[in-house]
This record gives sequence, C-alpha cells and structure tokens, in this order.
Amino acid sequence: MSVLVYIENTDGQLKKSAFEVASYARDAAAQLHTDVVALSIGQVNQDELQKLGQYGISKILDANTEKLATFVNQAYASILAGAAQKENAHTVILSNTFSGKALAPRVAAKLKASLVSGAIDLPKVEGDTMGIKTTTFSNKAIASVSLQSPTRVITINPNAYPAKEQPNGQVQIESYSADLPGSDFGTMVKEIVRATDKISLPEAEIVVSAGRGLKGPENWGIIEELANVLGAATACSKPVSDAGWRPHAEHVGQTGIVISPKLYIAIGISGAIQHLAGVSSSKTIVVINKDPEAPFFKIADYGIVGDAFVIVPKLIAALKAHKGIG
Amino acid sequence: MKILVCISHVPDTTSKITFTDGNTAFNTAGVQFIINPYDEIALSKAVDLAADGASTITVITVGDASTEATLRKALAIGADSAVRVDAQPLDAWFVANQIAAYARANSFDLILTGRESIDYNGGQVAGMLGELLGLPSVSIAKSLSVENGQARVEREIEGGKEIITASLPLVAGTAEGVAEPKIANMRGIMSARTKPLEVIAPIAVEPLTKIEVYDTPPARGNVKLIDENNIDELVNLLHTEAKVI
Repeated sequence: MSVLVYIENTDGQLKKSAFEVASYARDAAAQLHTDVVALSIGQVNQDELQKLGQYGISKILDANTEKLATFVNQAYASILAGAAQKENAHTVILSNTFSGKALAPRVAAKLKASLVSGAIDLPKVEGDTMGIKTTTFSNKAIASVSLQSPTRVITINPNAYPAKEQPNGQVQIESYSADLPGSDFGTMVKEIVRATDKISLPEAEIVVSAGRGLKGPENWGIIEELANVLGAATACSKPVSDAGWRPHAEHVGQTGIVISPKLYIAIGISGAIQHLAGVSSSKTIVVINKDPEAPFFKIADYGIVGDAFVIVPKLIAALKAHKGIG
Repeated sequence: MKILVCISHVPDTTSKITFTDGNTAFNTAGVQFIINPYDEIALSKAVDLAADGASTITVITVGDASTEATLRKALAIGADSAVRVDAQPLDAWFVANQIAAYARANSFDLILTGRESIDYNGGQVAGMLGELLGLPSVSIAKSLSVENGQARVEREIEGGKEIITASLPLVAGTAEGVAEPKIANMRGIMSARTKPLEVIAPIAVEPLTKIEVYDTPPARGNVKLIDENNIDELVNLLHTEAKVI
C-alpha cells in the first residue's frame, strides 16, 4: 500500500520540483501510515539519486536505459504504472510539470485511478475514500475532491510545496526495467531546444512580469535587467503576447500559464480577472502601476503608484545596493 | 484526414464564479458560456489542417442540450459536423471514456483537445484518450504539422521546447500559438444552422472523482502602498517582512 513518487530530471540533473514532490510524497506517505518509494526514469547517476536521501527517501527504483534517455510519454507511463503495481502502490504522485501533465492522465487511465491535478494539500483518508483539495475555475475557487478509486494519482504544481530536508541516511537504489511493446514508442524526440540563459517560468521562485503599460517591445530591457538582478523569470500579460511583443510561452493568466512563485512583480499590468487567475496563488505580489485604481492593487501585498519607466530603474539600483553589486 | 476536436462548454473568462446547493454545485445563473478558449485554438488548428480540402472536422462535447449553442458556434467556425454525448460531464475519466467510445467507432487520424479547460483545469482528457485508444498523446502542443502520415509537434517543456515526431493517429492537446484564432463569418454562421448535429447516448461508466464542496480562496491582505521616492523601503520589506529576497 505504499506511495510511489516520480522523480524527474533534466539532462541527468534532478529537477528542483523533484525534491518538492519527494518531500510532498514523504509527508503524504506519513499521513497514510505507509512508506514512499521513488522512481527515476532516464539517465541519472547514482550520486545524483543519493541526494533524495536528504529528503526522506530511502528506496529508489532506477529505470535507467538508453531507450528512455529522452521523454517518451507512453513508455514512461507504462514504466510508472508497472512500478506502481510491483510496489503495490495505491497512490502515485507526480509534479505537475509539462512531462507530469503528459504522464499523469495516462498512468491514471492504466491503473483506473482517480486523478487529481494540482493538489494544494496533503491527502486525507476517511473510511475507504481519500479526500484532497485542488484549485478550479483557474484559481477562482477551491474544490474538495473525493477520490473514489482505491488507486489514486495526484500531481502538485511546481513551487506549491516546499522541498524540506529530512536526512534519511543511505538510499537503497534498485535497478528497474520492464519489457515495453514497440507501440509504446509512438513518439520520438528529435530535438530539444532550451533557452539556456533563461530561468524556466513555471518553476521560477521570482517572476517579473509586464503589461501594456510598457508601451512597446523595445522597452523590455528594464524588465529583463530587473529579472537578472533578482534571478527571476520574465512573464507578460495576454495583450502583450497577443500583440507579439513577447512569446506566448511568457503569457501568464487564465488562458496562459498558471504560476505560484514566492514573489511576483507586476509592472504596467492593470490586473484583469483573467490575469489575476493565473498569478493569485503567488506568495507575495508587488504591483507597480501609474493608475491607483488598477484592480491589481486589490490583491497586491505591496504597491507603488507611479511611472514604471521611473520606478523600475530605481528598483534595480536599490536591489543592486541591497545585494552589494554594481 | 479525419479530425475530431473535443469541445468543452465553459463559463466566459470574465464570469463571477459562485456556487449553489450548499457550495456543492457551480451556479450557472446569469453565466455566459463559451467554447473553452484552448479548444477554440484546437478547432482553429483543425481548420488550418483541413484547408487541404481532403479533410473533415467533427466536434464532440459531453453535455446537456444547453451545450448545443457552443457546438453550433464550432460549426460556424469551420467544423463539418457535431456530436453531443447526452450526459453531464461528471469528471475527466467519464468524459474521456465517452469520447473514446465515439472515436473507436469512427476512427480518426487526429484527435485534438485544448491543453486544459478553464473551468476544471485538469488537462487530463487528452492523455486519458490516448491511453484508452492505445494512441500516442502530446499534452501541450505549441506547434503541430502533419506530413506523410506523421506529425511533427513542438511540445512545451520547462525553459524550452521539445521537437518530436509522432505516428498517426495521434491525440494532441493544443496551446496558444498553435494556430491563429479563427472567427466565424456570416457564411459560416448561416451554414452552421444546417450542418449535422448528432445526439448520442452515453456509455455506462462510473466517474472516479467527485467534487464534494467548493470554497473561495482565502482573501489576500490589504496592499501596503510605498512612495515612489522610497524604493529602499520596498526592498527592505521584501527582505525582512515578506522574506522573499
């Protein structure tokens, strides 16, 4: 009856979200009075996997073959479901990363499991039913969901649960493999394109975002500089990506990416309800806008009323002074 | 190509979200419903692909008769026929099984969904459909093209994209940027009235999740306004009070 957690890597390095989901799975297993087993798929070396021991993981299944070096949705789902069955895991937990979003529904369908995406608390069991909370209506409401299948798949959003160290001594790593049919390889990765100088938006702890108040794409230099000083990812509002000023991948909001960083700085964004839906679960929100009536101020923690072109350079200077740079 | 586009009928993005029956049901009173924006992108992609003149587009939804206005809108945008599975969409598993049953009986080359619906946000149906039909699936496609019976898809990943090839038939969940949004013109709206809209009975399947109760998210505290000439105070508050830098 254990808990199985999927551990994701990028080029052999465990993702930040992997430590978060490991911490969540460990705490969920404690809640369910059972053990947690981790599953890594892809080519990750043993030293890297041992890091999970610092987060309360004591057993790892390591599906490390060349065929699985890059993401193959169907094959990865088969490995995950097979490992869940082998470990008699009735709860499978994944991070709601782009690959997690692809895997979780397939794994749930294979196991006929109840699936909850983006859970915001730990599971609770009453009688035979598990209950868990998640956001719905694009963060405008919270739903308490009962999971009626005896098998469950749960995902948590990146940044939603803190990675908490809990040293556990030596980790037992077991090699894991499964015979996969050729039909599990219906997709093939041809090329991976990474913007290496950029921080990934869904995983970023700090996000600097700007809207139409910036007046044009040529003015994004101060946004990028502010993001650089903070080690932040850049984002934008929908009108900005619709106008082609910034790529769609930067659009946060109800119809874009939903994020929950610890700090969100919104510059020249009025705060339409659709935008707020995508960012309202940020821990701290700073709004810079020249319109004191901008709706964004209603959900902000800190606000500055004024001209972004004056304030942002001052903020950059103040942050550099604070960090002792420049 | 035979293309199936899965349509979700959702509250308009500006809707105020409230609940009834002791916070157990979404309050539809006064709410304007629309095609889920991501599904509209999927449909726009299908219209682009069907520009070859050798393809047909079917749209499908699971819902009661009130969803037919949304299906007519999809027909006006460019779908050739519509199917409504006459049942309440109880959860993603229920919906995926209904669509899979129809797809199995009618064999499509490409099945498109939006990356997620803006009401329940699960993004689950595409992957479940893939599994139920034994087909490859891509959950968040930023670009999609089909050539010689093979699809080339750009899939979003953290900090970049993955370019993959996939065999057909394929299930793909589409994201912004995959196609230019299509707007129904007068001819489309006129012809939508006479295009076929078939109502079919649901298959028997039990949902696996149930929403027991809804809550509103906790309210955020009041904003602390900082003078634009005192930016150091903001940096100080972020460091000592919010502890985020």
